[in-house]
Amino acid sequence: MKEIVILSGKGGTGKTSIAGSFAALAKRKVMVDCDVDAADLHLILKPSAQKEQEFWSGQAAVIDKEKCIQCDVCRGLCRFEAIKDYQVDPVSCEGCGFCSHVCPVGAITMQECLAGHWFVSSTRYGYLVHARLGTAQENSGKLVATVRKEARHIAEQDKLDIIISDGPPGIGCPVISSLSGANLAVLVTEPTLSGIHDLERILGVCRHFDVPALVCINKHDINEDNTRQIEGFCRDEKIELAARIPFDNVVTEAMIKEVPVVEFSVGKVAKEIKTLWQKVTEKLENQNSFNQ
Amino acid sequence: MIISIASGKGGTGKTLIATSLALSLKNSHKVQLLDCDVEEPNDYIFMKPEITFQETVSIPVPEVDKEKCDHCGKCAGICVYKAIAVWGTQVMIFPELCHGCGACSYICPRKAIKEIPRPVGVVESGHAQGINFVHGKLNVGEAMSPPVIKKVKSHINLKEITIIDSPPGTSCPVITAVKNSDFCLLVTEPTPFGLNDLALAVETVKELKIPCGVIINRNTEGERKVEQYCQKENIPVLLTIPLDTEIARLYSRGITLVSGMPQWKQSFAALFEKIQEIVSERNSYSKR
Repeated sequence: MKEIVILSGKGGTGKTSIAGSFAALAKRKVMVDCDVDAADLHLILKPSAQKEQEFWSGQAAVIDKEKCIQCDVCRGLCRFEAIKDYQVDPVSCEGCGFCSHVCPVGAITMQECLAGHWFVSSTRYGYLVHARLGTAQENSGKLVATVRKEARHIAEQDKLDIIISDGPPGIGCPVISSLSGANLAVLVTEPTLSGIHDLERILGVCRHFDVPALVCINKHDINEDNTRQIEGFCRDEKIELAARIPFDNVVTEAMIKEVPVVEFSVGKVAKEIKTLWQKVTEKLENQNSFNQ
Repeated sequence: MIISIASGKGGTGKTLIATSLALSLKNSHKVQLLDCDVEEPNDYIFMKPEITFQETVSIPVPEVDKEKCDHCGKCAGICVYKAIAVWGTQVMIFPELCHGCGACSYICPRKAIKEIPRPVGVVESGHAQGINFVHGKLNVGEAMSPPVIKKVKSHINLKEITIIDSPPGTSCPVITAVKNSDFCLLVTEPTPFGLNDLALAVETVKELKIPCGVIINRNTEGERKVEQYCQKENIPVLLTIPLDTEIARLYSRGITLVSGMPQWKQSFAALFEKIQEIVSERNSYSKR
C-alpha cells in the first residue's frame, strides 16, 4: 500500500481539483482530506457520511470563580497570555496545565476540548475520510494524523493499493502531519513569483522529512518566463517535472458543477492531469521495484 | 487601527489586497504592513523592502543538569506535550514537541532544569516604499508558527494603521494573526470552494468577536452565491475585483495591483473609509 499527498506551500494552486481528478482516475484507493482547516474535497466527491466521530483533543484551563482568591499567580506564570481578569481565554490557552499546578487554592481545572469531528464517507469513487476542525480550535495536526490513520486502517482492511491525500497549504504543523511517512508528495505550483518561492520552501520540508516529490505546474501559460524558471529549478534540484496544466476556465466550471475536471472535460487540462496521474503511478511502481 | 486580511481558502488574494491597501494609504497615513503568513511569506516579493533589522525567534526548551537531577520524574509528569521523559536514570528531551510553557523548570524540586532558546524562525523589519514593513519566516521543517507570528505582531505600533496579512485556514496560526484586530477583511472567490471556506472563516472571526467585511476577488458575472451568502449573514461586501488576466499577470510578476493599475488606488482608499466607518460606529455603540 502506498500513500501520496498533494501539497503546494502556496494556497489556491489547484490541489483539491487535482485530488478530485485523482479520485476518478485511481483504482482501489481511499481518499483523505488532510486540509482539516478548510476542507473542500467533499464538494467534488459528494460523500454520504457513514461514520461520524468526535475529535477530543487537548485541554483548556478553567478558573472556578468561587474558589479563586485573585492572587494572580497563574497570570504571572502563563507564557501564552491566556489569563486576564481571573479568567482564561480559551482561544489563547495552549492547554499546558501549568496554571492548574501552581494555583495555591486549587481553583483551576483542565477540561478536555471537543476540537472537531471526523467522518468516514462513501462516495462513488470509494471511501473518503475527512474532518472538520472546530471553530477557533487547535490541534489541526493531530486531527490530520487521526484521519490519515483511519484511511490507512480502511486501506489495510479492504486491501486497497493507494491512499490519496489532499493536503493543506503552508509548511507548518498540519502539513508536516500530512507529509511525514508518505511515499510521494505531488507539489502543485503556479508560475507566479509567490508560487516559486513557496515551492522552494515546501520542497525543503519534503527533503527534511525524506519524502520524494514531483512537481506539477498549474496554469503554466499565465507566465511562460516564470514557468521556465520553475523548469530550471526542477532540473537543478533533480526533481521530476511531471505535468504542465494550462489555464482553462473548465477547472472552475467543473468545480461549480461539483465533478472532477477529468470527468467534465476531455481537453488539455484533463489530458495533463491524466499524464500527471500516470507519472505518479510510474514513480510509485519504481519505488516498489527499488525496494524489492 | 489594526486591519487583518484573512481567508479560509488559500490563494484567494490576501497578499494582493494587503499590499495594495497599504500602498493606497501611505500618503495620507503612517502605515505598517505585517506579513503574518510566516509559513509562506510573500509580501516582500511585492514590496521589495530594505531590511534593517533581523531577530531570531526561539522557543525556550528545557535542558537538564545531570549533576543535579535525581530522576524524580516530576517534569515528565507535568508536561502534557510529552516533550520530556524519565526512564530510570535517563532523562530524554524532545525539543520539537516542547511548547515552551516553562512548567518543567518551575516544578523541578532540585532546580536541575534551565531553559535554553531553540530557534524556530526569524522576524525581519525595515522599510518599503514609505511603509514600515515586518515579516516573519518559520524555519523549514518547524511545525509551530504561532511564536513567530506573535513576534511579528510585537512590532504593532498603535499610532499607525497596521495591516496584517494572515495565513490561510481557520486554526491557530490564523487566530494568532487576526486576534485583537479592529477589523478583518475576508478575501474570497465566487466558487464553491471559496464560499465553503468563507463561511468557515466567518465563524472564526465571529468567535473572536472581530467585525468583518468581504472582498470578492476574480469575480465573474452570474456567480452570485457568495453575495447571497453575505446578504443572508449581513456581512458587507466591501470590494469586488473582476477576473482579469492583466491582474493575474501583474501578480505573477510580483507587481502590486495599485502600482500596475493605479486606477485601483481610489477603490482601496474608499475601502479604507468604509472600514473606518464600520469600526467607529461599532466603537461608539460599545461605549454607549
